[in-house]
Amino acid sequence: MEKFNILTGTAAPMMDDNINTDAIIPTAWIVNVGSDWGRGLFGNWRRGRDGKDLPDFVLNRPKYRDCRILVAGRNFACGSSREEAVWALLGFGIRCVIAPSFGDIFFDSAFKNGLLPVVLPVDRVKQIAASVDAGEQSEMTVDLVRCSLTAPDGTAIAFTVDETRRAPLLQGRDDIDRTLALVSQIEAFQSADKTRRPWIYRS
Amino acid sequence: MRNPELTFAVVDHIVATSPGRNDSTNPAGRPFIEAWRKNCADFGITNFDLDDSRQGIVHVIAPELGIDLPGCTLVCGDSHTSSNGAVGALAWGIGASEVEHVLATQTVVQHKPKRMRILFTGRLTPGVSAKDIILHAIGKLGTAAGRGHVVEYGGPAIAALAMDGRLTVCNMSIEMGARAGLIAPDDVTFDYLAHTEFAPKGPTWDAAVKQWRTLSSDDGAVFEREEEIDCSALKPQITWGTSPQDVIAVDESIPNPAREADAARKTAMERALSYIGLAPGAPLIGTKIDYAFIGSCTNGRLADLEAAARIARGRKVAPGVRALVVPGSMQIRRAAEHAGLDRIFIDAGFEWHSAGCSMCVAANGEIVAPGKRCISTSNRNFENRQGPGSRTHLASPESVVAAAVTGAIADVRTLLG
Ligand code: SF4
Repeated sequence: MEKFNILTGTAAPMMDDNINTDAIIPTAWIVNVGSDWGRGLFGNWRRGRDGKDLPDFVLNRPKYRDCRILVAGRNFACGSSREEAVWALLGFGIRCVIAPSFGDIFFDSAFKNGLLPVVLPVDRVKQIAASVDAGEQSEMTVDLVRCSLTAPDGTAIAFTVDETRRAPLLQGRDDIDRTLALVSQIEAFQSADKTRRPWIYRS
Repeated sequence: MRNPELTFAVVDHIVATSPGRNDSTNPAGRPFIEAWRKNCADFGITNFDLDDSRQGIVHVIAPELGIDLPGCTLVCGDSHTSSNGAVGALAWGIGASEVEHVLATQTVVQHKPKRMRILFTGRLTPGVSAKDIILHAIGKLGTAAGRGHVVEYGGPAIAALAMDGRLTVCNMSIEMGARAGLIAPDDVTFDYLAHTEFAPKGPTWDAAVKQWRTLSSDDGAVFEREEEIDCSALKPQITWGTSPQDVIAVDESIPNPAREADAARKTAMERALSYIGLAPGAPLIGTKIDYAFIGSCTNGRLADLEAAARIARGRKVAPGVRALVVPGSMQIRRAAEHAGLDRIFIDAGFEWHSAGCSMCVAANGEIVAPGKRCISTSNRNFENRQGPGSRTHLASPESVVAAAVTGAIADVRTLLG
């Protein structure tokens, strides 16, 4: 996993509520297209049925084509558990999504892939989206070291991230190694549980 | 891999469900099937292959085979794993990275969820089923109501449901934003699990049931959020838009975004109506449909097929409508054939398929054509869910048959004999 410390890049606004993971990476892209996930990002919204880019879609506008940050509405990435939604955002170049709330499964998967989801109150998110929308430039900085971001208009906004999620992301650390270091405790639990609830174990 | 003996695998999303299917019937699925089969063999994982008599949708077969037991922790890389909470398991969907972590360590690191309880009171009237209960709850509480929570469903209307109905309710927890849903195990649960293949037997079964009886919430249990919903006047429910919370009773008219105060909600409603091709204020009844789909992990169980067949018996699918019945598992398919349900469906003009996800997610080549309208027993009415440009209305199996035989959205209560 690529670590996340400080990210500076263009932000793009997508302020609809409840943008689901089927929209972020449509099923057809997962099944038929192989693993160029970034190409499938918002596949049905970004491209017409003839495969051509739709110029009005936000990520097709010249200002946002190279965006690294998404500013989104409530309950972003709800729905299906498909982790391809995270991979598609990363494949496109997006490493941070700022929203008032996220789908639970996506939120966990994002941290495991080096994508930072930032939760802020809805008014704050709207303020950032407005500032992103306003000028020629929409560059902003997200600093996970200080837990602070700077909107394009220069406003500094603090955010919080649970330390158990922040620390691995800062270091790009792999969860599995960390858990495997606890293998003796896992074994002890399993053997005690096997006595208590033998029906859970098939052996 | 730490515990291959505690791991199970099945093909469902990408398999064809047409008669005589094989690895290549859905060509796009073939590489997935081959990789999956090899991985299961390499790591010693029990897999239910295409020709296995136990094959089916993962959330249908896990309880049906007794893999899913009260008090167990069950995870799967699919959001509708929440279904399995119906037997009193703690079951939720995880992403691919977490699946990898589970395979390697047999553990999963979680933040403790908040607790929510929804009590359903009253008694369902004819033509109204478990699907209507959960659709109504999502319509009332919204798609984000359960976020960060595990939801316990309780109350007399839940206690009165058979296991198939309870599985339907827990299935759609994720559409309410919750990762997991739970129902306290009781005699209905134990009767259902007894004699399933992987449930304990003999004295171990007795010991298990004794422990399982202790698993319900204490009387004084505290929940961060509590809701109560009366089901006694509940009507058949149906979605009109592109979010599972876009729910009305079938005889209501389509909501008008102009009357919506919340700006974001108003925009979402306008967009949904434009996508689905319906006008605000119009009745939903009478809207012509092109497809009728009965199946999925929400409503592909035997009780669903029985309820659907009761409406379909002696009727005909309307001209121009393609109607499919796709059982949730091969076991269910055989049980339905044993009861003669396949004949009822076929005589009425429905296609009778083998088990899989099929048109619920349109990953296996079985899709709704662009711009066409489908009434479906599945769980997601998102834009493009059943195929690019597809328009989906979610409803119960009874309501889907009512629409299939009418050729348009209909109130199933007018067809009850
Ligand atoms: S039936 Fe639909 S919702 Fe259920 S597992 Fe299959 S694709 Fe997912």
